[in-house]
Amino acid sequence: MKKLINKPEDVVKEELEGIAKAHPDIVKVFFNPNYIVRADAPVQGKVGIVSGGGSGHEPMHGGFVGMGMLDAACPGEVFTSPTPDQMLEATKAVNGGAGVLHIVKNYTGDIMNFEMAAEMAQAEGIEVESVVIDDDVAVQDSLYTAGRRGVGTTVLAEKICGAAAEKGYDLKKVADLCRRVNANGRSMGMALTSCTVPMKGEPTFELAEDEMEIGIGIHGEPGRERMKIKPASEVVKLLAEPVIEDLPFKAGDEVLAFVNSMGGTPLIELYIVYNELAKICEARGLKIVRNLIGPYITSLEMAGVSITLLKMDDEMKELWDAPVKTPGLRWGV
Amino acid sequence: MISKDAVLAWIRTLADVYHENRQYLTELDSPIGDADHGINMDRGFQKVLEKLPGVEDKDIGSILKTVGMTLVSTVGGAGGPLYGTFFMRAGMAIDAKEELSAEDLVTMFQAALDGVIQRGKAELNDKTMVDAITPAVEALREAVSSGASLSEALSKAAAAAEEGMKATIPMLAKKGRASYLGERSIGHQDPGATSSYLLFKTAYETWGQAN
Repeated sequence: MKKLINKPEDVVKEELEGIAKAHPDIVKVFFNPNYIVRADAPVQGKVGIVSGGGSGHEPMHGGFVGMGMLDAACPGEVFTSPTPDQMLEATKAVNGGAGVLHIVKNYTGDIMNFEMAAEMAQAEGIEVESVVIDDDVAVQDSLYTAGRRGVGTTVLAEKICGAAAEKGYDLKKVADLCRRVNANGRSMGMALTSCTVPMKGEPTFELAEDEMEIGIGIHGEPGRERMKIKPASEVVKLLAEPVIEDLPFKAGDEVLAFVNSMGGTPLIELYIVYNELAKICEARGLKIVRNLIGPYITSLEMAGVSITLLKMDDEMKELWDAPVKTPGLRWGV
Repeated sequence: MISKDAVLAWIRTLADVYHENRQYLTELDSPIGDADHGINMDRGFQKVLEKLPGVEDKDIGSILKTVGMTLVSTVGGAGGPLYGTFFMRAGMAIDAKEELSAEDLVTMFQAALDGVIQRGKAELNDKTMVDAITPAVEALREAVSSGASLSEALSKAAAAAEEGMKATIPMLAKKGRASYLGERSIGHQDPGATSSYLLFKTAYETWGQAN
């Protein structure tokens, strides 16, 4: 294992210390239990938005705490759900009297821990709504699986709902909007290389030099199919077509196109992917009205990309454009 | 009867067992999960060891509840809420007792299993810890009601848990991250069922010998 760390067991703690030192104007970091809140929390009268999940996906979620996005994030150990005590403290810290929305990615651990936290917060008199993000089309949604995983759409939902809360939407309206974003977003990812969880020290899976995994999860969970590597134009087709056909996105739809690096793939390749995606969208009559390109929901140092399409309406566009000031996403301020 | 000291010994030994099996459980979790189960269980039980001295003079129910709450706040993943609920419900079921009869054990483990099912919503044959715990509790109840010695009953429970654990190998996962793999989850032993088996095996080794 070759990583710029000190001790594997200190990775999350030291990362959080770094965030605290780097962005004191935007966030406050608390330890034991660990959570990050925006510096001016709680904002009175505003719906608080809390998300969280395992670490290793930076900048998600801690990097999205700040004005116009999340009020708090709970980082777990690497690829491990955070615990209810973190979520409870974060929920209390951001409750400005208008209730708190939990944005939860659909993973068994995240669901159960957030469920326990919501029960505890409600027992303390805080109104909590939970919305589960499950946009990964690589996973068959059926009664016989844990359901689709939450991936790229999470970032978009956090931005759009954060703007809505900032504008004064009430809890029910923010939660409904979040469900609408989830219902209109679809994603799929692929990996060129594996990643190594620091505490484990060895790659999560093996991929030969000439192989790729289509439909990979953000924790290195195997995807739909392993195959020989292909040119970017073909790889993007393998990702975009299931995404487009699932919703389905139709000619005339306005979409946000999100090309995300899994951590190890450089921007030069992301633009090549975006170029291919734009061609496919054009051929299908989809109008890309917004885009996001970069590493936003990563899987440690994994090389690979995910693409997300979100069908946008005017309200979503306006909220997407609204000012945001977080360590990981910043415009209009 | 199982004394409070024996319950404490079980918990301490469990911490050792999960520490020793940290790599093994993590390896089982790699092909069908996210390669953290052993790491998480070890971290949680090491924290339990730190907390135990503070509650040693309390009743068994309080001790088990403390174990549960510690696991919920330190394990993370799915294991945290599930094993946390297991021990919290076990503690609630036997309440203020200072020693446990064989019947108490049945009540305790049944309540723990009910809690796990309620929290995780898994059914038998979903390829989860429920597949190891359910047969263990059934074997324990059957042995106790037919008048077997405590040692014999615990031995049967451990054997049933082991069988249940092994039975997860050919199963298609329907819960947790392994379910994303569909057919590819077949042929792998479930890590959660394995850590649950270790729990009953350790109960037999800690309590069975003395009784």
